[in-house]
Amino acid sequence: MSGVKTDSPNATAGRLEGLLVEFDSPTALVAAAEQIRDAGYRRWDTHTPFPVHGIDEAMGIRPTRLPFIVFLLGFIGCIGGLVLQWWTNATGASDFPGLPTFLQGYNYLISGKPEFSLPANIPVIFETTVLLAAFAAVFGMLAMNNLPKHHTALFASERFRRVTTDRFFVYVDAADAKFDEGQTTSFLGGLGGSQPEAIHDIASSPSALPGGLKVSTLILISLLFIPPLVIARARVAKSNEPRIHIIQDMDNQERFKAQQAASAFFADGRASRPQPEGTVARGDLRFDTHYYEGKIGGEYATTYPEQVTINEQFIRRGQERFNVYCAPCHGLGGAGNGTVNATALRLETAGWIAPTSLHDQLARSRPLGHIYNSISNGIRSMPPYGDQISPTDRWAIVSYIRALQFSQQADLDDVPPEVRPELR
Amino acid sequence: MASVPNEIDNTWNRPGERAPLITGGHDFTSLTDVACGPAETYRPPRAWYIAFTISVVLLAILGASIGYLIINGVGVWGVNNPTGWGFAIINFVFWVGIGHAGTLISAILFLFRQKWRTSINRFAEAMTIFAVMCAGIFPGIHVGRIWVTYWMGPLPNQMAMWPNFRSPLLWDVFAVGTYATVSLLFWYVGMIPDLATFRDRSKNKIRRFIYGLFAMGWTGSSRHWHRFERAYLILAALATPLVLSVHSVVSFDFAVSQLPGWHTTIFPPYFVAGAIFGGFAMVVTLALPAREMFGLKNIITLRHLENCCKIILLTGTIVGYAYLMEFFISWYGGNQYESFIFRARALGPYAWAYWTMITCNVLAPQLFWFKWCRTNLWVMFIVVMMVNVGMWFERFVIVVTSLSQDFLPSSWHYYVPTAIDWLTLAGSFGLFFTMFLLFCRFLPMVAMAEVKTVMPHADAHAHVPASRSFDYNPDDFEPEQEQK
Repeated sequence: MSGVKTDSPNATAGRLEGLLVEFDSPTALVAAAEQIRDAGYRRWDTHTPFPVHGIDEAMGIRPTRLPFIVFLLGFIGCIGGLVLQWWTNATGASDFPGLPTFLQGYNYLISGKPEFSLPANIPVIFETTVLLAAFAAVFGMLAMNNLPKHHTALFASERFRRVTTDRFFVYVDAADAKFDEGQTTSFLGGLGGSQPEAIHDIASSPSALPGGLKVSTLILISLLFIPPLVIARARVAKSNEPRIHIIQDMDNQERFKAQQAASAFFADGRASRPQPEGTVARGDLRFDTHYYEGKIGGEYATTYPEQVTINEQFIRRGQERFNVYCAPCHGLGGAGNGTVNATALRLETAGWIAPTSLHDQLARSRPLGHIYNSISNGIRSMPPYGDQISPTDRWAIVSYIRALQFSQQADLDDVPPEVRPELR
Repeated sequence: MASVPNEIDNTWNRPGERAPLITGGHDFTSLTDVACGPAETYRPPRAWYIAFTISVVLLAILGASIGYLIINGVGVWGVNNPTGWGFAIINFVFWVGIGHAGTLISAILFLFRQKWRTSINRFAEAMTIFAVMCAGIFPGIHVGRIWVTYWMGPLPNQMAMWPNFRSPLLWDVFAVGTYATVSLLFWYVGMIPDLATFRDRSKNKIRRFIYGLFAMGWTGSSRHWHRFERAYLILAALATPLVLSVHSVVSFDFAVSQLPGWHTTIFPPYFVAGAIFGGFAMVVTLALPAREMFGLKNIITLRHLENCCKIILLTGTIVGYAYLMEFFISWYGGNQYESFIFRARALGPYAWAYWTMITCNVLAPQLFWFKWCRTNLWVMFIVVMMVNVGMWFERFVIVVTSLSQDFLPSSWHYYVPTAIDWLTLAGSFGLFFTMFLLFCRFLPMVAMAEVKTVMPHADAHAHVPASRSFDYNPDDFEPEQEQK
């Protein structure tokens, strides 16, 4: 076959788009490009399988403005990352009243760290800067190159398919001001490449996107917008219905319920774990039997433990606790005539055992530790109060009971002289 | 593959003369034929099918073990109290580390004008993308309720609840997310001209349409190339600090917490060196069988592999230095908890893991001081496999030793991974290799446009005799199907 081809097999119709010349080496291409540049053409291009060194000067391509776009977007990413972190972590609802909740920041305190500290924010600022700059570099490059474009008139040429493999092309657009079909053809023919090939605009090129595909893609893309729009509307609309939770794990949790026969979590069917053998829970270490049990060597103590100091304030505390826990049955004076007892007698409750008077001989003869033990663990029909009253408060009650008992059995000599006139 | 002669030695260094980066006397046409071969043959080699079958089975195991995890919760793993970070974090750091080599080759070596990178950068970048995919799975599934993982991002919500930007775990979300995105862009942008080559060489309409869609109408216009090269340079300049930052931020997950063995300032550089080390080992692991399987020995030459081995030697030695320095500081710092943890690492219950790590990461690469080892493919393969194992154990040692022996001796607990742990790890390799094998089969494995620029023919000022005719001849487009 000859090297001259003015009509590609497909180029049967359409207007003339431009002229294509093929070269077989970058050297020849650069030389040709210089001549075309000097001839004053503007709308033309060279096409190569790889970036050819020196072609920019040969064609007179000016440096791209892409770096400025990248810088701008990188700067926005930097400031954006900073503002995002300040807004979300260092401002609160009160700083910008009237904002909808989902736009409010929340200035919560973490480990006592400052709400806003630049060093902690640098990693994220760096990442947002790089991310936006990279987007600018890629999408800026594609947009400035007028890509993506599935089809161009050049794809109609069979020989042009080798442009991405091993051949070098010059293409002069018919829209160039200097373009003249005859003149330009002969000029391009004398550049040392192949004979110029005329490129025609073909509506039904095999490489063009099928029309139906475009329409269906557009429909599909618009359909994809519907779910986000529904969700966005649901976020602002008011409703009396509960929120929809697709995953119900937080709503219906597996757990042991009261009255349930056995827990499903442990083999022994118990919901709470028994204490491991040989261990003591925090606060349960009670070696000091005097303080915790009122006993010394198995005998009831006759003295107060060292943890408590008997003074007026301590006895007043005992009085206050006594009036809360003991007086309902034993009476405010300790004579066994509290309101519970009165009610039980009035209602003639069957089997009622009247509370003991704290002033009878037996009660008065009890050692301190015995009274303490009675409060802690109960005695006869009296229930235990150890779980409700702390050890110190129980000792305070003991001290108040002793004071009450003393008040009922005191001699005149026990009363201070200056108060004696008030007695009668 | 018999058309490719056995190894050609281009590893020599003679003053005043450049060793060829591409051997076998290729020109643009034959190079394109060879590089497009794997994607254009009707049938890939039998080894590809075997490898693909195994990989897909492992991928299915990954899916099954993740499904089992979602249904039952993280109790199916071996994590315990106090070792709350088990395989999930180990595997995450391991895979993210591997991902570093790709961007290092494509960005840092690009800025340093290391022309040999062009032969291996495409599949190293692909390896990065797939490794980051594997890495991304683990933090996603280890949170327990994976359906609310989107809470990690700063999304407006009715609770006015935002992520805590002072936490290294959140920095990680941003660092790995940005890294994955930028790596993907870098990979894809670099691939556009080669996808156009595939489009233009394709025989049937469907193939032409699909590759045409992804090639975005690339015509090799010099005006486009001008902006393309500038964009590529900018991306390289952006990716260079990014690749150094990502593993630094990953190391902050450990270094910012106040746990003996983690709370050290050496972590960021030590992690970055380890990542490059492990990544290059994986590059060689993949390159050795791939160049054999697809007949790329003249493009990925012995010299390329030798260069990788040198980087493995360098970074492996840096990692060894870091191990030593950790021990020195634990003694010099005089902190009893710190020195306890390091004594426990070398002599305690996990000593077996520690010494595996030392053998694989520090001792094995030292073989590469010898040129015979750097150019013998079997020695190379054994060493890089050891490095792959060693780098996984490095993360195991860091995560498990510090956690399992915490401040309260009564809560010490030996960490034993469960079968699900192991299956998930094996499954992540399935994902990685499935993606990689599909990539080899369907996408340009060699950055053809870039390789062409480093060939002597590409020099517009050199005098290469013009011997070819201008005819378009369809026979020239026959892919090299059977090279036997």
